[in-house]
Amino acid sequence: MSFVRKAGNFVTGTARMAFLGGNRVYYAWLLLLAVCITQALFAYAHQFERGLISTNMRDSVSWGFYIGNFTFLVGVAAAAVLLVIPAYVYNWKPIKEVVLFGEMLAVAAIVMCLLFVLVDMGRPDRFWHLIPGIGHMHLPSSIMAWDSVVLNIYLVINLSVASYLVYCAYYRIQYDRRIVVPLVILSIPMAISIHTVTAFLYNGMASRPYWNSAILAPRFIFSAFCSGPALLLILFQILRKVSAFEIKDEAIHKIAELMAYAMGFNLFLFGAEIFKEYYSNTHHLVYYQYLFRGLHGTASPIALYAWTSIAFSIISFFLFLIPKTRRMPLTMNIGAVMIYLSVYIEKGIALIIPGFTPDTLGQVYQYVPSAIELRVAAGVFGVGFLLFTLMVKVSVSILFERGNQTVHA
Amino acid sequence: MPAPEPPANGYTRRDSVVLGFFALAAAAMSTGCATDKLALDEFVQKHFKDLSGDELKDRLAQMEKRYSEEYGKSVKVSATPPLPGVLFGYALDLSRCIGCRRCVYGCVEENNLSRDPQTHWITVLEMDKETGVDLRHADAYYDHETVPHPGKFYMPVACQHCENPPCVKVCPVQATWKEPDGIVVIDDDWGIGCRRCLAACPYGARRFNWGKPSIPPDELNPNTEYLGNRPRQRGVVEKCSFCLQRTRKGLYPKCVEVCPVGARKFGNLLDPDSEIRYIIENKRVFILKDELNTQPKFFYYYGL
Ligand code: SF4
Ligand code: SF4
Repeated sequence: MSFVRKAGNFVTGTARMAFLGGNRVYYAWLLLLAVCITQALFAYAHQFERGLISTNMRDSVSWGFYIGNFTFLVGVAAAAVLLVIPAYVYNWKPIKEVVLFGEMLAVAAIVMCLLFVLVDMGRPDRFWHLIPGIGHMHLPSSIMAWDSVVLNIYLVINLSVASYLVYCAYYRIQYDRRIVVPLVILSIPMAISIHTVTAFLYNGMASRPYWNSAILAPRFIFSAFCSGPALLLILFQILRKVSAFEIKDEAIHKIAELMAYAMGFNLFLFGAEIFKEYYSNTHHLVYYQYLFRGLHGTASPIALYAWTSIAFSIISFFLFLIPKTRRMPLTMNIGAVMIYLSVYIEKGIALIIPGFTPDTLGQVYQYVPSAIELRVAAGVFGVGFLLFTLMVKVSVSILFERGNQTVHA
Repeated sequence: MPAPEPPANGYTRRDSVVLGFFALAAAAMSTGCATDKLALDEFVQKHFKDLSGDELKDRLAQMEKRYSEEYGKSVKVSATPPLPGVLFGYALDLSRCIGCRRCVYGCVEENNLSRDPQTHWITVLEMDKETGVDLRHADAYYDHETVPHPGKFYMPVACQHCENPPCVKVCPVQATWKEPDGIVVIDDDWGIGCRRCLAACPYGARRFNWGKPSIPPDELNPNTEYLGNRPRQRGVVEKCSFCLQRTRKGLYPKCVEVCPVGARKFGNLLDPDSEIRYIIENKRVFILKDELNTQPKFFYYYGL
């Protein structure tokens, strides 16, 4: 059979696996995602028609909910690496089986990142100005140009590895380690780069003292090491219940243990930042005052979120640190949800908005996302979840439901 | 503006890539669209700096035609190059400014800023005399019957035309750059609207067109520049250009002309006999946010 025919068969075969043979819950889930995406298309059409004025962003706070979600999702994408390192560097068996899911999560997350950037653009029709050769990419000076380079490379690597592994499993052939291992190893520094470069987007701007801190990139990395695996922990338990997917408790506990360390570092770095600001007590404290309280006697609309995020991260840190609560499914799941929410707030809201409030001329604009922003964002998440669901469905069918184990070499 | 010569056949590799890449989009646009040729041309246009002399001429003619149709009067679009041996600088006398905002509205008219939604390039900050220049206590939205208000002083802020401009550094597509005469310009036909420059500017100088800008046709200033005051579009960034449509022809910026108290001064920093050099050498001068090393060419001073 020629490669083209084989590839064609693979595409139709996997499409059949993605859409057929699910249970009622599966189809209900797909329907929910479809509704989410459809309503977002209407919201985006409205925004496209009228311009970004239909968001609540303004010159004072010129990035908001879209870029906050983008930043959070870069972290989720980078987090796949936490699973890759032990699996490939230490050749540690139980986790190896789950690397594939980490990679697919990375693919879905990067797609969401790119979509969030696209919906945030004033002129999305000119995105091609960013493409080298036909556009005018501003290298080496613009960090955003770098960011688009590393994000796209990371997407290509993860997409190729994941689809190659699934392809081999589909045809029950042994995959070539000489292709897979170098790419997987390469994805480790790439994961670190996407998050570092994204942190540098903010960190490199002297005009915004709230972001202009040298530990921003390490903070990004450690919070990512918490949020991505939190998502996977929940997913593995669901898959274990509803499909033939197998994962040992040992592997789940190991991931939870790594998350405890990551959360420990994350809290430590956050504490270091807070100490520096409050003890030195310079004018730059004003952004933290906005984050935690509000300015000029007006309560800030994000203070409640900021405190929730801190409380959740401390509680979940202890839930994961203590072996007993880490191993008990109930407390572990509560911890995972808390970690996920705390990092979502930290990256999505607490990082972006105080960076702009007060603005560079000292003016306070109280930003809260508009209905359009919330609806479009829901749709982007819908696309990401849909993509991830379909990829997981296909790989579970191939790897675990056809009794084929070739891929786990 | 030195631009590379186009190849002899007038057809570059870049054109073919862009055209091929967007054949589909173009096809979609052309269905039922009378100005499809123009729309396509605008879609696959080049960066300002990549335009050859003839291409620039075509673009200017195209723009004139489009604006003239849109506003029902003859609109001129030029691309006056920077003058050699000139580096523009600005000075503002804080002890004179009375906070009347005439500069703000003079600028709106001269530079064709949107009236609805309203766009201002100049922000006049009101601050307490007691605290001095302190942005944490600044109020850009003061609203008194008469100015100056007792106990207050005023500090107008606009683009400082930094020698080391952070806004230029961060732009992912080079839609903004510093010209040889020191003016930081934006090609709003090239920007993608990512607002990196808004975040990077320490002086709150840049404005984004969140909605579609609009100007009543009878208020449009028809003498416009490609990189200056031509009517703007939705989804991209704009800011003060030191009125390059005037200053490159030897006139003062509009804000200098309309200020009733003579608080504003402008000139060539390279000319040792200029008023601006006199001020810098003889007055108590300071620049805003000196610690950021942006090296503004906008100087505040106390003249009295
Ligand atoms: S004042 Fe702001 S917009 Fe103007 S050159 Fe400096 S950084 Fe750029
Ligand atoms: S016109 Fe002159 S006095 Fe009035 S606000 Fe502007 S600079 Fe100040």
